[in-house]
Amino acid sequence: MTEVVPAIGRSIPRPRAKRLISGRGRYTGDITARRTVHVAFLRSPYPHAIINSISADAARSLNGVVLVATGADIAQHCKPFAGIHRLFKGMKAPDQLPVAVGRACWQGEPVVAIAAETRAIAEDALDLIEIDWEPLEGLGTPEKAVAGVVVLHDKLGDNIGYDGVTASGDIDAAFAGAAVVVQDTFRFGRHTGVSLEPRSILAAYDPSDESLVVHESHQCPAQQQAVFADLMGLQEHRVRVVCPDVGGAFGLKQQLYGDELATCIIAKMTRRPASFIADRVESFASDNHAREHVVEARMAFDPDGRIRGLMIDDLFAVGAYSQYPRSSIGEASHVAALTGAPYDIAAYQARVRMVYQNKPPVGHYRAVGHPIACAVGESLLDQGARALGLDAIAMRRLNQVRDGSGPHTSHSGFVLNGLSVEATLDRVLEGFDVAAFRKEQAEARERGILLGLGIANFVELAGTGAPYYGESGAPVTAQESCLVRFEPSGQIRCHASATDQGQGTDTAIGQAVADAIGVFFDDVEVISGDSMACPSGGGAWASRGASAGVEAAVRAGRAMRDEILRLAGLILQRKPEQMTVAGRVIRDASTGAELVPLKDVATIGHYRQHLLPPGTQPEMSMLRSFVPQNQSFLTTNGVQLSVVSIDPGLGDVRLLRHRVAHDSGTVINPMLLNEQIRGGVVQGLGAALFEEIRYGEDAVLGTGTLMDYLVPLATEIPDIEVVHVANADPGTTIGAKGAGEAGTAGAAAAVLNAVNDALALIGASVNTLPITPERVLAAIDQVTREDQQAPGNYK
Amino acid sequence: MKPTSFSYHRPGTLPEALALLSEYQGAARILAGGQSLMPLMAMRMARPERVIDINRIDDLKGIRDAGDTLTIGALTRYNDILRSPLIAAQMPLLAEAIGHVAHHAIRNRGTIGGSLALADPSAETPATCLALGARIVAQSTSREREIATDDFFDGLMSTALEEHEILVAVRIPKRPTALPHAFIEFARRKGDFAQAGIILAPAHDGMPENRAVIFGIGPTPWRSAALEAAFGGEGFAAAPKAALKDELNVYFADDEAAAFKLPIVMTLAQRAFARLKP
Ligand SMILES: Cc1cc2nc3c(=O)[nH]c(=O)nc-3n(C[C@H](O)[C@H](O)[C@H](O)COP(=O)(O)OP(=O)(O)OC[C@H]3O[C@@H](n4cnc5c(N)ncnc54)[C@H](O)[C@@H]3O)c2cc1C
Repeated sequence: MTEVVPAIGRSIPRPRAKRLISGRGRYTGDITARRTVHVAFLRSPYPHAIINSISADAARSLNGVVLVATGADIAQHCKPFAGIHRLFKGMKAPDQLPVAVGRACWQGEPVVAIAAETRAIAEDALDLIEIDWEPLEGLGTPEKAVAGVVVLHDKLGDNIGYDGVTASGDIDAAFAGAAVVVQDTFRFGRHTGVSLEPRSILAAYDPSDESLVVHESHQCPAQQQAVFADLMGLQEHRVRVVCPDVGGAFGLKQQLYGDELATCIIAKMTRRPASFIADRVESFASDNHAREHVVEARMAFDPDGRIRGLMIDDLFAVGAYSQYPRSSIGEASHVAALTGAPYDIAAYQARVRMVYQNKPPVGHYRAVGHPIACAVGESLLDQGARALGLDAIAMRRLNQVRDGSGPHTSHSGFVLNGLSVEATLDRVLEGFDVAAFRKEQAEARERGILLGLGIANFVELAGTGAPYYGESGAPVTAQESCLVRFEPSGQIRCHASATDQGQGTDTAIGQAVADAIGVFFDDVEVISGDSMACPSGGGAWASRGASAGVEAAVRAGRAMRDEILRLAGLILQRKPEQMTVAGRVIRDASTGAELVPLKDVATIGHYRQHLLPPGTQPEMSMLRSFVPQNQSFLTTNGVQLSVVSIDPGLGDVRLLRHRVAHDSGTVINPMLLNEQIRGGVVQGLGAALFEEIRYGEDAVLGTGTLMDYLVPLATEIPDIEVVHVANADPGTTIGAKGAGEAGTAGAAAAVLNAVNDALALIGASVNTLPITPERVLAAIDQVTREDQQAPGNYK
Repeated sequence: MKPTSFSYHRPGTLPEALALLSEYQGAARILAGGQSLMPLMAMRMARPERVIDINRIDDLKGIRDAGDTLTIGALTRYNDILRSPLIAAQMPLLAEAIGHVAHHAIRNRGTIGGSLALADPSAETPATCLALGARIVAQSTSREREIATDDFFDGLMSTALEEHEILVAVRIPKRPTALPHAFIEFARRKGDFAQAGIILAPAHDGMPENRAVIFGIGPTPWRSAALEAAFGGEGFAAAPKAALKDELNVYFADDEAAAFKLPIVMTLAQRAFARLKP
């Protein structure tokens, strides 16, 4: 028998990966139920239009069509819902229904649902529906929305869903006494998560006991159970939500979608299982989007480069509705919380406005708000360095929050704990020769190529604690739980409330439980993603798997180990504390002598209780939970470094090098951690250079497919180097911190700074993401309008 | 994303395929590599009642040396062209161009005939065939005819091919191996359709005129008079920027788009001419 080696700290591959790469994934679309009806939606072709009438007789009479339901038909089976977050005083959100009634407010909003024997028939029937539309003016830009050209929802009075200010220090004095003030207006394009597996749902309703079983490609089964029960008026313990394998989620699969609720209602109406699988085209028009901010920002400096003050005004344009149940405000609130957070800033003022316009709802996408905050703060810092003629790295060092300074209340009023900004910056620069790069940059310029170096520090609000959603009013929990079962075989099963959409959370939980008990990783099986089979908990969001999810698992594992040793003690007539679990045996803690096979303890506990002393009740499973009760967020930090080259003749930006230094606390699984960071970086690079859902002024969608919405491909991405600072979190047993969003948080900012470092060579700059060739050429054109030569000729 | 229902035919010979095509004129589409037709059908942007799959017709496959020309069968896959020693030796420009088409999985199925028949203005193959002075061979039940590529691309994704005709081959005049050429394109990501591209092919015995083709802009690839005027002599230093701008303005109603494309075309043109220099 091999010795047991601790699982934590090892790059153990995900057990799920083997199944997935051998084509044995069990996604929602793989699950079949007899007599399933397939649902397709007629979606509004207009961004904003009144629905005067719907004629659906021809569709109804098409062979194979089971049900044609309008918004009004669907609305009879549920309550309306509104994405309000009560922590944000004064927030306004309109009521929503699963399918539009009377008016469509974005292009792609579901208007009619059709259930048929096949999806193809349902699509055929869509063609037969006639709608008398009355198009209205659409709000397609944040500025148009804020100006109130049209008021989208009469009851709200205007299009402003939230307007709030965060402030600290004397901002007027800070700017009045500044040696230099830099100022810019940053624009961020609209993105979406682009998961490989689209949104999918299979709902089955049983009228005999009024139960609903839903298979759904989602991150939060417990939340969905509560939401479906509440909105459909069902008893919650008769609603079960199973999230089987999920092919990427990224925050996109964290909310309620009208078309998914409508599918549950169709299952109830037709009394047949109902399946809806979004196709790629409707995904672009109906998945939650993210970002779309216009941020006006100013930063004031002392002559030595110290930051005196920071002011931002974030205009955050969501869609026609606030996402439900978590609301859309999170992104803007994170911008206010995090801009400039790596630095000590005495005076701060942030205004955020969330406005409604005629587009799909904006939701939570990996690193909610962080990329915006990071890009704004880090770009201003670089601009300050250029204006003062100082070194941007030295300026960062001057202003950074000091490591080891303990809990620190940021200028935005958040308690940031255990930051290591100084250490991560040092670490990212280890082995990177800035002076050599500057030389290379000068040489490249002789050849007409512009090279740039960008650095971006970032602070993350991960592992959300109880207060944030506790105050929101939504059925969202920050608590995670884990049920550990000591099986008759002597092996372990864990039922976790934390879920896994490819991150490897299950693997990390398995590693933690294996070590907590003392068994082999292979003897632990983790089950997650089922609101009935697993304890209630948060699921997956805000990089919480390795902190909250693992902590609950460790606690349950240790409790299970204690019980195993108690039973072994009773069997062997020894003190429990003098024994350890070691793989498949129990050993004497001091001599290491093998005492009894673990399986024998399990056998007695499950089948031969009469052998135990009278009055002994074995407990063969243990449930433990963990909630960060009083902290809003578990904070951590990192830094990214990017090197780019620009071909000024084409406006083309190429990524040459990308490095990340991150404080992930204790590293549970180096491989999974690094790949989480890399995956996040890639999504951030997409935001920096490629991804943008384009809309016209009138809110007509311009990017319908992956031909127009460019995601970065392997060929565009340099090797991403990842290094760590392991500064364990004192709040948990293991000390792991969130890492899933770190890559996305800082990548775009690092690229933006690198591009502007390159463009500064010719006096140009950009402030809009993504940085497309059009935008680079326009920036170059501005500084060279007089030069009649082709723009390739920079010397 | 499910196609409308359609009937599927898979003839084994060209005459059978032509007979089916003339029988169902207007209601049928040819299926070659399917890399464009299948997505179009899935999105219901194409709704053919009948699909005639020509993949079993071996006569349409392969590259033949026909003396002064190379004849490439319509059903020859991109990757077969890329791997062909005959193409490598006689027609490196074509291989270079196809190297920019999409990714392996698509090049394994996509065909030269499909690309020419589809006539996407940003596609590499139609533009390259135009630059090489190629001729398209089209066949119907009644006749075979040859169409010069100059006359073939007659509008956005529209060609001189008639509804009852199958594109059976493309004939390309062989080029002297020492003759230089230039192929250059700008795409956002490797394998993407070009944002803009320029091909320069100097004249030779089989092709009496210097050809310069611009693609990725406008409804079809086109021979640029402004660039062809820059062959020889001083080369591109005396580049006719104004003339190029006029050419671009033919295609862009709004000045902004032309303003964005012009510097890119200028840059590509400069670099393309630089490549012609030995
Ligand atoms: C992800 C992706 C990326 C791509 N990127 C590029 C790229 O960078 N550059 C590029 O050039 N292309 C690109 N393509 C398109 C690809 O090259 C297509 O394969 C090609 O355009 C069509 O060839 P096919 O053989 O697949 O034709 P099909 O899709 O089978 O047919 C296309 C059309 O041509 C007609 N047709 C086909 N063969 C004949 C024939 N012999 N006679 C008459 N009509 C015929 C069909 O009826 C249909 O209308 C890409 C495609 C994909 C899916």
